[in-house]
Amino acid sequence: MIHISAFYFGSIALVLIGLYAVLVKKNILKMLIGLSIMETGVNLLLVSIGYISGRSAPILSEGITPDKAVDPIPQALVLTAIVIGVATTAMALSAVIVLYRRYGTLNVEEIRRLRG
Amino acid sequence: MNCVTCINYIIIGVMIISAILAVEWRDLLAAAVGMAAVSLFASILFLILQAPDVAMTEAAIGAALSGAIFIFAIKRTQRFETEEEERPGWWVRW
Amino acid sequence: MVSVLKRGLAIITLLIIGYWLAQGLAGVPFGQDKMLVGRYYLEHVIEQTGSINAVTAVVVNYRGFDTLGEVTVLFIASTGVGALLWERKKRRTAKTEGSIVLTTGTRLLVPFVMLFGAYIFIHGHLTPGGGFPGGATIATAFLLLYMAFTMYEIPHKAFEKTEGIVGMAYVIVGLIGLAIGGYFLYDWIWQTWGLGRDNVGRLFSGGFIPIIYTIIGLKVGTELSGIIDNMLKEGVKE
Repeated sequence: MIHISAFYFGSIALVLIGLYAVLVKKNILKMLIGLSIMETGVNLLLVSIGYISGRSAPILSEGITPDKAVDPIPQALVLTAIVIGVATTAMALSAVIVLYRRYGTLNVEEIRRLRG
Repeated sequence: MNCVTCINYIIIGVMIISAILAVEWRDLLAAAVGMAAVSLFASILFLILQAPDVAMTEAAIGAALSGAIFIFAIKRTQRFETEEEERPGWWVRW
Repeated sequence: MVSVLKRGLAIITLLIIGYWLAQGLAGVPFGQDKMLVGRYYLEHVIEQTGSINAVTAVVVNYRGFDTLGEVTVLFIASTGVGALLWERKKRRTAKTEGSIVLTTGTRLLVPFVMLFGAYIFIHGHLTPGGGFPGGATIATAFLLLYMAFTMYEIPHKAFEKTEGIVGMAYVIVGLIGLAIGGYFLYDWIWQTWGLGRDNVGRLFSGGFIPIIYTIIGLKVGTELSGIIDNMLKEGVKE
């Protein structure tokens, strides 16, 4: 059996739960909830790779030398990724609103049948 | 009973249970609240991993604004997921 | 029958993907020191940028061009939401006014929430936070106003003008850096003029990081308020 940390297990579980919602569910809003949960899981994985045990936050006030700070680069990446995630979610939701106004239903199989 | 890392496991467990419930509930309003709860617990985990900038950004944007715009989208479409009946054979779908 | 088969196949695929991911992550030990570039940034951040928050220095100063790309993506998303949901005449469709607790609490709290958001993005180089959570907090203040009063709308003309001017200001700051120093987004306050070199750890230091974070905070706040306003109104059929 392979041994991984609890944070890695939690983020892989979130990615898998989100992917299950995108593959199996038929309601469009449920698929978008799954996509948003997947993005949260990936951000958690990125930050937990940069963690060094026994050290403190990367703000160099009194008493924190560069020997006692965690890695600042994954945190800078995740700061950008969170904002871009909410931007794409907002755009996808407005596309769903237009789709509902045109077809009258939120079921993807009904929409595929009614297309045209 | 004195373990400091027990709180890590508890919060990760509640986060995974909240994600499973958010995907399974049929009331979409409850599912949006579940998604905001996953964001909130992820923000607490970011603080435990010594990343205060990321925790503040995830709490403000993921939990508050992403949940709010989901609820506005639900307001303009429908609230409950409908029961779909089985199609007559999956090969005549298109 | 068919849906049970499809669901079982999906779960088996997900378990295989999960096992493959876990085996890949078993080679990355959790909690050990694996910094390469991060150590250079941590050792040279005070003398090269002047801020004591290493994460915001990386986002604005060392990787400032990527932040310009992120602001562009947010602008495109806000324009896309406005374009997809466009109607000729729009109005709000809320029917019930908020309760007395909500309206009184909102009237008392909104100035303080906006002040807190401004505090977060002005002190971006000293305390955790920066432009993005500060802008999101300001948008949350406007969301509170939308929830409490049924006939409230943000002043559209003022917000659109602010968003345009502030977006142009980011590019102008970069172009001034190109004119003075030699590359786009050169830190001309800290490295050429040398303002605030003896003030590290206080408010008037940090080069152009407070200026850019003020620009980003105002832009994100007005854009997210615009997205909320577009999604709440419905079209009026004449």
